[in-house]
Amino acid sequence: MSATSNQSPLSLLRQRAFLLTEIRTFFQQRKVLEVETPILSSAANTDLQIEVFSTQPIKPDKSSAFLRTSPEFFHKRLLAQGSGDIFEMAKVFRYGETTRLHNPEFTLLEWYRLDFDLKQLMFEVVELVQYLRQQMGLDVMTINTCSYQQIFIEKLSIDPFKTSADELNRLAIEAGYHGEPLDLTAALDFMFAIRLEPQLQKDEGYLIYDFPVEQAALSQVHPDYPDRCLRFEFLWGGVELANGYQELTDANEQLKRFEQDNHNRQIRGKDKLPIDQHLITALQQGLPGCSGVAVGVDRLLMCLLGKDDINEVLAFMAKNS
Amino acid sequence: MSVYSTSQFKNGLKILLDGDPYTIVDNQEVKPGKGQAFNRVKIKNLKNGRTIEKTFKSGEKVDAADVMETYMQYLYTDGEFYHFMDPDTYEQFEAPREAVEDCIKWLKEEDICTVVLWNNSPLTVEPPNFVELKIVETDPGVRGDTSGGGGKPATLETGAVVQVPLFVPEGEIIKVDTRSGEYVSRVKK
Repeated sequence: MSATSNQSPLSLLRQRAFLLTEIRTFFQQRKVLEVETPILSSAANTDLQIEVFSTQPIKPDKSSAFLRTSPEFFHKRLLAQGSGDIFEMAKVFRYGETTRLHNPEFTLLEWYRLDFDLKQLMFEVVELVQYLRQQMGLDVMTINTCSYQQIFIEKLSIDPFKTSADELNRLAIEAGYHGEPLDLTAALDFMFAIRLEPQLQKDEGYLIYDFPVEQAALSQVHPDYPDRCLRFEFLWGGVELANGYQELTDANEQLKRFEQDNHNRQIRGKDKLPIDQHLITALQQGLPGCSGVAVGVDRLLMCLLGKDDINEVLAFMAKNS
Repeated sequence: MSVYSTSQFKNGLKILLDGDPYTIVDNQEVKPGKGQAFNRVKIKNLKNGRTIEKTFKSGEKVDAADVMETYMQYLYTDGEFYHFMDPDTYEQFEAPREAVEDCIKWLKEEDICTVVLWNNSPLTVEPPNFVELKIVETDPGVRGDTSGGGGKPATLETGAVVQVPLFVPEGEIIKVDTRSGEYVSRVKK
């Protein structure tokens, strides 16, 4: 099968089906179990930068239920129950995300590997991408592996751990930023998304690891550098394809981060969201040491087919659904 | 003053930035998976026509520029200002020299043109794409030469100078494309 020869709608459906099958084959060969978890939950993702769809409550004592933004919380509950390595490939939902690279509902591939450290999982992501490229008739991709700090220094001559928010704001304004001063995290996001990503080679892969600890989300703090965390991203050219963590297993720390999220949401005038107490309980009972990663499947298909817009690989765009 | 949120950004939207009116010519949302989202825009300064790139935090508010495009009739100049009239309301507007700089050489009295109003005063004036003007001065026509090869300068009644084919005589009315400043054809009256 050729990946790019025929671009009729039927061929697109076939290419997507082919990709899903090959992804399943990859995990079957590695004895990773496919699971299905709920789309609807009484708890929500509290992440400040992600908006959650809500609907009627599942339980009468709650005011709403939420569509998942990722299957992560359910996966960790399964892992705590002893599931072993698992993966899921299914729809997730994020309100208000419609751009060239976003659709409000999209297919996420998420998997967890027991006893993998961050590096092992990073290289498994690359193995998956190279495997899929091979199956679709593309050659081996050049992969650049560098820390968040290294790539900032290489591409922008900025050390993200030694540059003040004031200095980053000055550089952001120089690069066309207009508005209220950015906090340190937002200023680094600006440098990453606006200045760094456009400089990446279109057909090369980038594994970027050890993000600033403020962006830890559900990952562990780096054991040697308390200002960094065990989180990585994989980018295909300037497109973010995967986000992975060596997973936080400390229930108290996790609860603290969720509460901090809700605090930050309130400061910015957003609603507090119900924290997933089941996940906290599962962490208390003991999450085995593991690493996990999520891959945007629509974006992956888009990149494999050499397209620039996610809408070119969806059977139905959000506005037509 | 009304404001726009970045979620309302689209091409053609008129915004006010550092005191100048701009029109959005390109809007891209950049949203990292776990980070601050931004709107990256290309905007054109309506006063000087220069295009620049700016980035806003998504969700920020930006002042709207009170800019609108209307058709108006050019009336006359008093030497300092150029006077235009809205043909529907008969309301009159005066434009400074800067606003008409690029187009006044194409305008005759009573011509209809596009006027961009900012805070209700003319910001820029654009002539029609095609105008018909009389040649008031050019070298004598070369009879029989309709090849279109070569040309000569001709001064038009508004003062504009265009290249015309050799056979076109003085006194003739010609059609000109104001975007390129080029002769299109003779006009038979």
